[in-house]
Amino acid sequence: MQIIIDQLNYSYGDGAMRQQALKDVSFSIPKGQFLALIGHTGSGKSTLIQHLNGLLKAESGSIYFHGEDISDEDYNRKKLRSKVGLVFQYPEHQLFETDVFRDVCFGPKNLGLDDNKAGLKAFEALHQVGIPEELFYVSPFELSGGQKRRVAIAGVLAMEPEVLILDEPTAGLDPRGREELLTMLKKLHKQKHMTILLVSHSMEDVAKYAERVLVMEKGSVIHDGSPKEVFSKREELKRLGLDVPEITDFMQDLQREGFPVNPQMITVEEARQEILKAFKKGQLC
Amino acid sequence: MIKIKNLVHEYIRRDEDDNVVDIKKALDDVNIEVKKGEFVAILGHNGSGKSTLAKHINALLYPEEGQVIVDGLDASKEENLWKVRQRAGMVFQNPDNQIIGTMVEEDVGFGPENMGVPPEKIWERVEKSLKAVGMYQYRKKSPNKLSGGQKQRVAIAGVVAMHPKCIILDEATAMLDPGGRKEVLRAVRGLNQVEEVTILHITHYMEEVVHADKVFVMDKGKVAMAGTPREIFSRVEELQTLGLNVPQVTLLAHELRKAGLPVSKGILTGEELTRELLTIKAGR
Repeated sequence: MQIIIDQLNYSYGDGAMRQQALKDVSFSIPKGQFLALIGHTGSGKSTLIQHLNGLLKAESGSIYFHGEDISDEDYNRKKLRSKVGLVFQYPEHQLFETDVFRDVCFGPKNLGLDDNKAGLKAFEALHQVGIPEELFYVSPFELSGGQKRRVAIAGVLAMEPEVLILDEPTAGLDPRGREELLTMLKKLHKQKHMTILLVSHSMEDVAKYAERVLVMEKGSVIHDGSPKEVFSKREELKRLGLDVPEITDFMQDLQREGFPVNPQMITVEEARQEILKAFKKGQLC
Repeated sequence: MIKIKNLVHEYIRRDEDDNVVDIKKALDDVNIEVKKGEFVAILGHNGSGKSTLAKHINALLYPEEGQVIVDGLDASKEENLWKVRQRAGMVFQNPDNQIIGTMVEEDVGFGPENMGVPPEKIWERVEKSLKAVGMYQYRKKSPNKLSGGQKQRVAIAGVVAMHPKCIILDEATAMLDPGGRKEVLRAVRGLNQVEEVTILHITHYMEEVVHADKVFVMDKGKVAMAGTPREIFSRVEELQTLGLNVPQVTLLAHELRKAGLPVSKGILTGEELTRELLTIKAGR
């Protein structure tokens, strides 16, 4: 296992104001998995991911990265931060250099690489996120919202992380921008075998891209399974302020109304095939 | 309620010597009419001109070319500025940037106080507005302790307390979780149906558009499509070329039609599609 999280606990505040943000969280992530983390605002998602790259220190419990406890005194946490890349919400707010290329170079340089090597990494990273070369030397502020966000992600990719964690990377993007960004993540996952942890409020995106879904509520992981398994718990998810993909909602209603389909479909394509199959089976088509 | 005629807005970029280096037309001859009490949705990819349009209706931008009339008031006249802003209230994307009070009721009272409403009337308005968005029980709470959806509802109450004729939501649901999005939409639809407040909802979530009376699709600063949700969402391919999509159920219905099933065009809801599929099945 690449990451093992064991009995993790964390609280904010002191005394009477103390609030437990993570409660006995345990799960592990194998290398190369694409997993999604869902939960309503305040359920503990952001607190959890900040533990994974050592930004927050567990109150009790441990996190092992390649078998080593990251809270050990002599553990190299700087290296951890380059191996477990964290992309915050609205990461474009953190762009600060005078041009795109320099901004992306900042991470690898900070890791101690010389200008040439850092430049090479930046070049590759910008290429991976699909930023064309003519934009390398313009100010980040002249780019569109979607482009800025991709530059910010390139800044993390330039450190060549093994694990990429993204906190709602598609928030505020239009449908095409969302699609482009998620397709890019899928490519990184496939070609580079990068482990990807996606925090998302879009159940449709989770259904389309993730292999595994974790559901958080009040600081605990309450469900852990394939998107199909998790999205079959429609009533419960809705009660938690979450949802299922619109298409799953529809398929469950359709079955309830007496149409002979398997309701566990989570994408439009699956639903299409399932409905056409139902018509063919009864020689209806 | 809102009448926009031949509106043009240009963003002009200048270099250090004040020479014009680039002119971008954010709005290019826009004509829109919204009637009182309508719920209007505005779609369009990022950079298509939606927010620029919204800022014109709220008189945050000045119409250089064309005309913007809000509730009979010409937004280009300086004496109308404050009246226009009071009549067309705006709610923005990030709830954390819009809340200033240390207590919910204080925050909501800020608008009317600023307008010079007498104190006893302010409390009346605060109470009514908070009740309208279902946040009255939180009136003594600190806004920091609220969820995103609750904060946005407080922001909406703050606008409602100024008694606007129209509320513009500029991607006000973009940062919320699914539960929060539903809360906000429910509150807004309530205001629209009960208080007859005109609503302009700018969004990227196609499923939030289904219940609108009218939809405008913006592209390159122009109104590219206009019609009812059913009319707009029956043009699936056209929307896709504009970088948009349609609700999943609408897309499924479209795909089933392409596969040869006699499903109607422009299906909007799951119930509609369920009904059609059951009818088709019964007929075979």
